[in-house]
Amino acid sequence: MSSDLSEIEKHDDSHPELNAHTDALLPDPGMHEHHWRPTDVDPKAEKRAERQVSLFFALSAICSVLFVVAYFAIEPGYDGDVWAGFGASNLALGSSLGFALLFLGIGVIQWARKLVIDIEHSEDRHPAASSPATREAAVAELKAALHESGMARRPFIRNAMIGSAALLGLPAVVILRDLGQTNAQITEEQPYPGAGLEHTVWDAGVRVVRDVVGTPIRPGDLEVGDLVNAEPATIFDGSLHGAPLQIAKSKAATILLRMDPADIDNDVTRNWSVNGIVAYSKICTHVGCPISLNERTTHHLLCPCHQSTFDLADHGKVIFGPAGRHLPQLPLGVDADGFLVALSDYPEPVGVSFWERNTYDIDEIFDDWSKDHAADAEQYGYKEGGQ
Amino acid sequence: MSTDTSKVAASNGTEAAAPAGKPTKAGAAANWADERLGIGGLSKFLSRKIFPDHWSFMLGEIALWSFVVLLVTGTFLTLWFKPSMAEITYQGSYAPLRGIDMSEAMASTLDISFDVRGGLLLRQVHHWAAMLFIASMMIHMMRVFFTGAHRKPREINWVIGATLLLLGTLEGFTGYSLPDDLLSGTGIRAADGFMMAIPIVGTYLSFFLFGGEFPGDDIIPRLFTIHVLLIPAILLALIGAHLILLIYHKHTQWPGPGRTEKNVVGYPMVPNYISKMTGFFFITFGVTALLGAFFSLNPVWKFGPYDPTKVTAGSQPDWYMGWPDGALRIMPGWESHFWGSTWSWNIFFPVIVLPMAAWMVVLMLPFIEAWITGDKREHHLLQRPRNAPTRTATFVALMTFYAGFWAAGGNDIIAIKFDLSINQITYFLRAFVFLGPIAAFIITRRWCISLQRHDNEKLLHGYETGTVIRTPEGAYHEKHLPLPEDEAFAMTVRDRGRAGEEPELKKNGKLSFRAKLRAFYYDHDVDKPTPEELSEAHHHAEHEAHALAAHEGHQVDGHDFDDHRHSAIEEPLSH
Repeated sequence: MSSDLSEIEKHDDSHPELNAHTDALLPDPGMHEHHWRPTDVDPKAEKRAERQVSLFFALSAICSVLFVVAYFAIEPGYDGDVWAGFGASNLALGSSLGFALLFLGIGVIQWARKLVIDIEHSEDRHPAASSPATREAAVAELKAALHESGMARRPFIRNAMIGSAALLGLPAVVILRDLGQTNAQITEEQPYPGAGLEHTVWDAGVRVVRDVVGTPIRPGDLEVGDLVNAEPATIFDGSLHGAPLQIAKSKAATILLRMDPADIDNDVTRNWSVNGIVAYSKICTHVGCPISLNERTTHHLLCPCHQSTFDLADHGKVIFGPAGRHLPQLPLGVDADGFLVALSDYPEPVGVSFWERNTYDIDEIFDDWSKDHAADAEQYGYKEGGQ
Repeated sequence: MSTDTSKVAASNGTEAAAPAGKPTKAGAAANWADERLGIGGLSKFLSRKIFPDHWSFMLGEIALWSFVVLLVTGTFLTLWFKPSMAEITYQGSYAPLRGIDMSEAMASTLDISFDVRGGLLLRQVHHWAAMLFIASMMIHMMRVFFTGAHRKPREINWVIGATLLLLGTLEGFTGYSLPDDLLSGTGIRAADGFMMAIPIVGTYLSFFLFGGEFPGDDIIPRLFTIHVLLIPAILLALIGAHLILLIYHKHTQWPGPGRTEKNVVGYPMVPNYISKMTGFFFITFGVTALLGAFFSLNPVWKFGPYDPTKVTAGSQPDWYMGWPDGALRIMPGWESHFWGSTWSWNIFFPVIVLPMAAWMVVLMLPFIEAWITGDKREHHLLQRPRNAPTRTATFVALMTFYAGFWAAGGNDIIAIKFDLSINQITYFLRAFVFLGPIAAFIITRRWCISLQRHDNEKLLHGYETGTVIRTPEGAYHEKHLPLPEDEAFAMTVRDRGRAGEEPELKKNGKLSFRAKLRAFYYDHDVDKPTPEELSEAHHHAEHEAHALAAHEGHQVDGHDFDDHRHSAIEEPLSH
C-alpha cells in the first residue's frame, strides 16, 4: 500500500485492472448512513409535498389552456395586438407554453426530490475489456468462422469481392458530377449574359445606372465626395430574372465615387476615370461581401464584414485588413447622350480569389486592356492620360 | 444494501414492492411485451443502473434535451417553410416588405413569423435551442476535460463528443442560412469565398454545391436537405452511441466516502433519474420557450431579402461561428500568385486549415495526454482540475486561443462600443492569439500548483476558522480546525507521483522526447502529504487543540492569561 510506483511496475497491460490509487492516506469513512427526509417520516410533510407537486401540475394545466385561449384570442402579425412593446401573440403563446412546460418539469422534479425514495446504492464496476476467457472464445469462434467460410483459402475470390464492393463507391461519387456545371463549361457556353467567374454583364457602352432606381448618371450629377451604388443598365432592362439576375448582380455591383482629379495617385486610375469619377467593383476581393463604407476625406473604402480597406485614389489597393488584392476598377467613359458608360467589362475577374485566377499587377492589366479596348473606347471620349 | 425502512411513513415506502397475487393491468401489458420482445432483460439491466449525483453531470443533459427541442420545433417549422429560391413577390402581412421580390424561402419565413400563429415562437425557440445545444456541448466538454473524464476507457466517447460539436456547428450554420435573408445570404457568400480559396479544387466545390455560379437557385434546397436530414441523422446516431457508451462504462464519480475506482455510488435510473431527467427535459424546453417568448432572435424582416449588392454593417455570424470569422479578420492579407494560379492563404489558412487543425487537436487530446503520461489504467474517479495542473493549463490555453479569435470576430463592435481604433484592436489580437495562450498556460499552472499546496496545508493544519487568538505572549494567530472527515478523505484520493511507467531512455542515455514531455507534464506538481507528515501534523494539531481548549468559550475577563486560570501554553504556535 505504500508506493504507487511499485504497483505500476507489477501492472500487466494485458489485464487492465481497475485501479484504486489511493495509498490509504486516510481510512475510507464509508458510505453515509441513509438519512430519511422529513417527507419520508412525517405524514404532514409528505402531504405538503404532495400538495406542492399537484399545485405545479395544476398550474401547468392552466398554462396549457391559456395557450389555446391565446392562440384563438390574440391577433398575431405585424398589425397584430401589442402589449408593452412586445408582439402580444408571441409573448402570450411563448410564456403560456414556457410556463406549462416549466411547471410540469418543476412538479416532476419536486416529486423526485421529495417523494421518490432516495436511497444511495453502490454498484460494482467491471473493466471495459471483456474477460480473457471471453476474448479467447471470441477469437476461436472467429477463427472457426474464417475457416468455414474459406476466406483464407480462396484469396482470389475474396480479393475480387473486396475490389468489386469498393468499386461500388464510384457510382455514388460519379453521380454527384451533375450537381452543377463547372466554371469552364459555364464560361464557354455562356448560358446567360456575363456567365463565368471571369465575366460580368458589363460591356463597352453599357450605361452606369443608379442601383435600386436604375436611372442613368451624367458626370455633372455628382459632386466631389459623392458616392453612388451603381449597376449596369442591363440589370434594369427587364431581360434578366431569377438566378441569372442574382448572379449578374452578385458580380456587377459597382461603386462610383467622385473625387478631386488632383487627388488621384495612380496613372491607371486616372486613365479609367471621368472628371475625377472612378468606378470600382463593389465586391470585396476577400470573401465577396459588398463593400459600402466610404471615408470621404481619405477616399478609403471599408468592407463591413472583415474590415479590408481599399484606397480608391490608387487603383483600389489594399491598405488594411485581410484582403489580398486590389479592387478591380471599371474603365469609365461618356456616351453620345452625355451619360456615364463602361468602356469594357471589368479588365480582371471581380470578387473572391480562386485557384485558376491569373493575377497580374495593375500596370500589366492596363497594358493588356489598352491593346484590346483602347481603340474602341475612344468613341466614349477615352484618351490615355485622363479625360 | 440493506436500509431500515421501518421509520418510513406507511404510505411512502412500503407500497413500493409489487404485490404478489393476481396480475395488474400494467403487469399484463409488460408480460405481453416481454413474450414478444424479451424486454425483461433490458429493463432489468437499465432500470436499476446507478448514476452518481453532481450538478456538473447535468451539462451534457442540457445538450441532449436541447437537441430534442430542436427536433420537435424543427419538425413543426418544416410544415410551413418552403425551401425554394423561386422568385415571388411578397404579399404577406408585413407591410414594409410587401410588393418586394424575394425567394419563396424568405417569403415563407416571413409568413411563419407574421401569419402563422405561434410560428414566430417556433422559429425563436428553435434558434435559441440551437444556441443552447452548442453552448452546453462546449461547457460539457470543458467539464469532461477539466475533471479527467476523457481518460481511459472513455477516449472514444470523447471523440464522438468532439464530432458532435463539429456537426452541431455545421448544423447551426446550415440552419441560419435557410431563411435567405440579407444576413444569411452574406454568410453563404462568405462560405462560397471560403470554398473558392481551397487550392486546386475550390471552384469545383463551389460550382457543384451551388449548382453553377453563386448564388444560383439550388443552394437553399440543398442546404435544407443537409439541415433536416443528413446532419440530424448523423447527430442522432452519434448521440445514441454516446449514451450507449456512457451506460456501458458507467458514469464517472467524484472521490468521496465509499466511492472507489471499482464501484459507482448514486441513485438508480428507475425511479430517481428517470423522473429527474423527465422533469429536466420539460424545464429545458420551458426555458427555451420563455427565451423565444421574451427575446427576439434573428429578426429577418429587418434585414430584408438577400440581395448580392447589399450588406449590413456589423454583419456577424452566430456566436459559435465567430472564432473562424475572427481568424479571418485578423489574418494578414497574404495571397501568392504563381504560374497563372492564385493561392489565398489569407482565407484558406484561417477558415479551412485552422478550424480543422484545432478540431483535430481537441480530438487527439486524450491520446496525447495518455501518450505523455504513459498511464494505461482505467479511471473512473474524477480529478479536480488543480490536481492535473498541466492538463488544466493546456485547456485554458486553448480556451484563451479561442477567446482571442472570438473577440476578433467582433472587432468592429468592440471598436464602436469602446471607441477604439479597429487597426489597433487587430494588431493587438494578432499578438494576443500567440502570447495570450502562453500567459494563460503559465498562470493557470501556477494557480493549480498553489491550490494543491493549499489543499495540503488544509490536510495537515486544518482549515482557517476566522477566529483570531491572542497568546499569553501577546502574539496573534488564527485558529485552525481539522477538515471534516469526508472532505479530508476525498482530498487524499489521488495519485502520488507520476501515473505511468518511466519512459525508456534513448540509446545514447539521453531523455527521449516523450520523457522530456513527461517531465514537463509533472514539473512542480505537488504531491499529497506522506502518511508520516500527516500523522506528525495530526499529533501537532491535537497538542495545539489541547492547549487552546483552555481558552474556548470564556468571556474575556482580564484573567485569561494571568495565572488565575491555567498554565501558559507549553510550546510556541507556529504556522
